[in-house]
Amino acid sequence: MQMNDLPDARGHFGPYGGVFVAETLIGALDELRSQYDEARRDPAFRAEFERELKHYVGRPSPVYHAERWSRELGGAQIWLKREDLNHTGAHKVNNCIGQALLARRLGKPRVIAETGAGMHGVAAATVAARYGLECVVYMGSEDVRRQVQNVYRMKLLGATVVPVESGSKTLKDALNEAMRDWVTNVDTTFYIIGTVAGPHPYPMMVRDFQSVIGRECLVQMPEAAGRQPDVVIACVGGGSNAMGIFHPYVSHEQVELVGVEAAGEGIGTGRHAASLTAGRPGVLHGNRTYLLQDENGQIVETHSVSAGLDYPGVGPEHAWLKDSGRASYVTITDAEALAAFHACCRIEGIIPALESSHALAYAAKIATAMPKDRILLVNLSGRGDKDMATVAERSGLDFAAPAAATRS
Amino acid sequence: MNRIDATFARLRAEGRTALIPYITTGDPSLDGTLEVMRALVASGADAIELGVPFSDPMADGPVIQRASERALAKHVGLKDVLAVVRRFRERDRNTPVVLMGYANPVESMGVRDFADRAKDAGVDGALVVDYPPEEAADFAATLHERDLATIFLLAPTTPPSRIARVAALARGFVYYVSLRGVTGAAHLDTGDVARRLSEIRRHVKLPVGVGFGIRDAASARAVAAHADAVIIGARIIQEIENGPPDGAAERAGAWLATIRRALDAMPAKRAA
Repeated sequence: MQMNDLPDARGHFGPYGGVFVAETLIGALDELRSQYDEARRDPAFRAEFERELKHYVGRPSPVYHAERWSRELGGAQIWLKREDLNHTGAHKVNNCIGQALLARRLGKPRVIAETGAGMHGVAAATVAARYGLECVVYMGSEDVRRQVQNVYRMKLLGATVVPVESGSKTLKDALNEAMRDWVTNVDTTFYIIGTVAGPHPYPMMVRDFQSVIGRECLVQMPEAAGRQPDVVIACVGGGSNAMGIFHPYVSHEQVELVGVEAAGEGIGTGRHAASLTAGRPGVLHGNRTYLLQDENGQIVETHSVSAGLDYPGVGPEHAWLKDSGRASYVTITDAEALAAFHACCRIEGIIPALESSHALAYAAKIATAMPKDRILLVNLSGRGDKDMATVAERSGLDFAAPAAATRS
Repeated sequence: MNRIDATFARLRAEGRTALIPYITTGDPSLDGTLEVMRALVASGADAIELGVPFSDPMADGPVIQRASERALAKHVGLKDVLAVVRRFRERDRNTPVVLMGYANPVESMGVRDFADRAKDAGVDGALVVDYPPEEAADFAATLHERDLATIFLLAPTTPPSRIARVAALARGFVYYVSLRGVTGAAHLDTGDVARRLSEIRRHVKLPVGVGFGIRDAASARAVAAHADAVIIGARIIQEIENGPPDGAAERAGAWLATIRRALDAMPAKRAA
């Protein structure tokens, strides 16, 4: 079987994926699966998706040679796929457009979404405004407190933001609450899941919509760099930006695929979000995958400086890519990610998202020891404007002080 | 014959409807759960559904979520649930106990290990909310080898073709979710329940229990007119949480007794 023929008809990637939900959601998922099967084969649907990506999102996003940084590191050449230049500032919008078009096709006037850092919530609120859909975003109350700016952005866009007070009050609880809303309002509501997790067909569907990232790279890299990259590197929380750039490269066996998980304060401290590295398989949020869990099978709280990686599970296709050996998964700590964040800002004039900074940090780490003709392609999945407060707090930057005083 | 089948056979002969309360293990405490179980049986429970706390109870509304969080704060896990059943069995050899929960604690223990330990503790069946039949073939086979029942959910949105597929794996009884939503929601359409149950009975020979949204004598009686079992969860947990922990068993028992009296006041059903 070809790796990229997966999943099977019931959403399995080897032992992972599947449909692990209560009977009350089966009908909605069956409807979604059959509608998506039709839509993906419908040239009119595909044409509209592509038109929206071009004119509304601003695709294709460029690939960019980080020449100064590569020179400074003295080894492999680092190239960046500039998803940070998309409308709304991250890769999330690609998927939201696809799912909003499906919602319209299914005649559902209301969309719901879960969000952690708020980037998927903002993207969902954005496309809901664009298509005239009612939008409700579930967000852990802890995240609402940490990400005030994004809450305000969603409200400006006309969405209702519902703070979730249950469990750990973060992304996983927001996802639980969105599922509860969906099961209650399934006739009128489309659930826009933000990552390559959840019950089938979500992992496949989100991957398909995000694969535009890797398909563009397949064309752009030979044009801009003269050939395909040696290594493709992307950060992995739920794993949608990584799946998006990996998937078209899976069949290019000479291209190495590396996912970078959040090691937080260090894997040994237990304060991290590295499900593939330190977790074990289990069932959560509708699919079987690697999970961070305790000895009783309870899902544990995670930690990362980047809220977008702060999730105890991971998309089932990543679990499969890991077990099959086609992709490898490594970790980067908060401190390493912050160092790469600052380097990218100062050397390239690009403020990366803290999530993407994990991928940048790994690239910088391995580039040094590699020959200069090697090519690393990093998915710069989002921009860091949303992370100003976090970075200021972590780095002791004082925005009120004169600029010169904060440079040293 | 296992305890679930024996209980339904006896009730059927008597023309009565089974009353099945749900409680979350460890809420208010492990000892408290044992006391609540005994009080519920004394007040007329025909079987008990014992919830296994889980960190991410996706299908549950706020009341059962809170119960789960209270239990988790005491680190109650699946092995503690099995220990409670073992203690319950020391004095009660007849009342069926069904575990209800989510897949991950079961998979974390291992399905085979879970089935062995559940059987040994005196459990009679299990309902794993996020195991639809498509994902449950191995689980069901493992439980059936040990004469443990597998209870599956049916929903208002389940089409007839699926009802038959669910029925093929179900043992003990099937559990019809009487509304669209999570546990404890409040808009039960009993006319719709009656129509759906007659559809279900065309495909399912097992007893049919109805739950989600039953909160008083009137809704219990309305459901009992059509169902083989009335399943009540969130409303009992509210009795447990509304007051001091040491009175939980008494409050839960007293409330369930009002439902039992309401059901017993109904005319006996004729055996079909």
